[in-house]
Amino acid sequence: MTITNGHGLATAVPVATHAKVDTAGLPEKVSIKNLEFFYGDSRALKGITLSLYANKTTAFIGPSGCGKSTLLRILNRMYDLYPGQRATGEVLFDGDNLLRADQDINLLRARIGMVFQKPTPFPMSIYENIAFGIRLYESLPKAEIDARVESALRRAALWDEVKDKLNANGQSLSGGQQQRLCIARTVAVKPEVILFDEPCSALDPISTAKIEELIDELKQDYTIVIVTHNMQQAARVSDFTAFMYLGELIEFGATETLFTTPKDSRTQAYITGRFG
Amino acid sequence: MAEHTLKRFDEELERLSSTISEMGGLAETALTQCLTALRQGDSEIAEQVIAADARVDALDNAVQEQTVKLLALRQPMAVDLRVILSSIKIAAALERIADYAKNTAKRTIVLNGATTTPPAAVNGIDRLGRLVRTALKDVLDAFAHGDVAKAHDVWQRDEEIDQVYTGLFRELLTYMMEDPRTITACTHLLFMAKNIERAGDHVTNIAELVSFRTTGHGFDEARPKGSASLYAAGNAS
Repeated sequence: MTITNGHGLATAVPVATHAKVDTAGLPEKVSIKNLEFFYGDSRALKGITLSLYANKTTAFIGPSGCGKSTLLRILNRMYDLYPGQRATGEVLFDGDNLLRADQDINLLRARIGMVFQKPTPFPMSIYENIAFGIRLYESLPKAEIDARVESALRRAALWDEVKDKLNANGQSLSGGQQQRLCIARTVAVKPEVILFDEPCSALDPISTAKIEELIDELKQDYTIVIVTHNMQQAARVSDFTAFMYLGELIEFGATETLFTTPKDSRTQAYITGRFG
Repeated sequence: MAEHTLKRFDEELERLSSTISEMGGLAETALTQCLTALRQGDSEIAEQVIAADARVDALDNAVQEQTVKLLALRQPMAVDLRVILSSIKIAAALERIADYAKNTAKRTIVLNGATTTPPAAVNGIDRLGRLVRTALKDVLDAFAHGDVAKAHDVWQRDEEIDQVYTGLFRELLTYMMEDPRTITACTHLLFMAKNIERAGDHVTNIAELVSFRTTGHGFDEARPKGSASLYAAGNAS
């Protein structure tokens, strides 16, 4: 099969080995089709075709530079912030191509929230960190905002730790708490998909366990995508795993299959620590 | 398979495999020697088999320790995980095989005191034992080389072993009916035959594990079995 990429050149679409996945009956929240991504002239993603299933956690793994973070950043049009970056192909979010030029990006980012590697609380109170986002999208009476803040903090398993100091600065919290504050902030605007970009790489094991537990709970209500360098973490939290290498999707499958009997020798080499 | 980036991990896996290879060698020797002891009525060789079993048990424990350590410290995935999990089970199977050889050796010593052992029955057990020993040797080769085709061949041979065992069972019943003075000796021989047949089953299990290590699954088709006749043999007489 060949498609025409952004340069008008015909390129072979790499075919990923898909492990046998029983996805029958699983609704697709996001369908990525023949996605290509360019940083200027360099092609960072090559013909990615992949489905993200509703209320499931999908992990992207792969060595540095494989394109996993790039792929994640496309899902909420983060790349729009930079000139010279563009994507071709389709990313259907509930059937709507989120790459289209007239996409309302602010609304998109409310529906597809993101949590970053380094906790990024705003330099304001814990309460305001969350209320700020809500006010951006909705105008609600104070009592309702209070309720939304509490519910978001509870959802992020942070309420008990901060309920008596909601006016304290968000940046005064510990790293793990700051990350949960960022998750609360994301959850507060009621997204449908949450993207996690290495959410635990700066956290200690206990904070990491709390975040992982949280991810497991959040998928009841949201579709979750996580990029992680920690393969054990991918194995622990995800239902599906996509292994990427040099901008290609090498293998996608149920996490338990991919980590026990991967189909592609490159996947096997990577997850068993035999790469390079 | 390429090497791990972490060399120590490769060394530890290598050590695990060599521990199992040593166990395999000892189990094979025990099986060979217990048959020699039986054939020659040699209690001294039988005693050697019994004494050698302690080393097999110690190696089995070493495998347990090494696997626990690997699981805890290396968080193995995919083929590494399968190699480690199958190692525990292969070691347990080899430990059982050596135990069955020891039990056979013990009974040989008892038989050496009895006068009424039918020589033909001893030959039958020897034949059964040689089949199992060859299967064990082949499965250990398959293990050493990750040779799934060879393991599959061994796996299929279990049917023949079961058939020889069933024949032996009938033969021993006949001897006992013909001459009740042989009952004590024949009962021991029957246990020996059963022990060796069980050792054969463990060989079959190892064959499946050799496949699992490499491919992630055992052999898909139903194992060939001739054992229905095994139970019929007792009723028929």
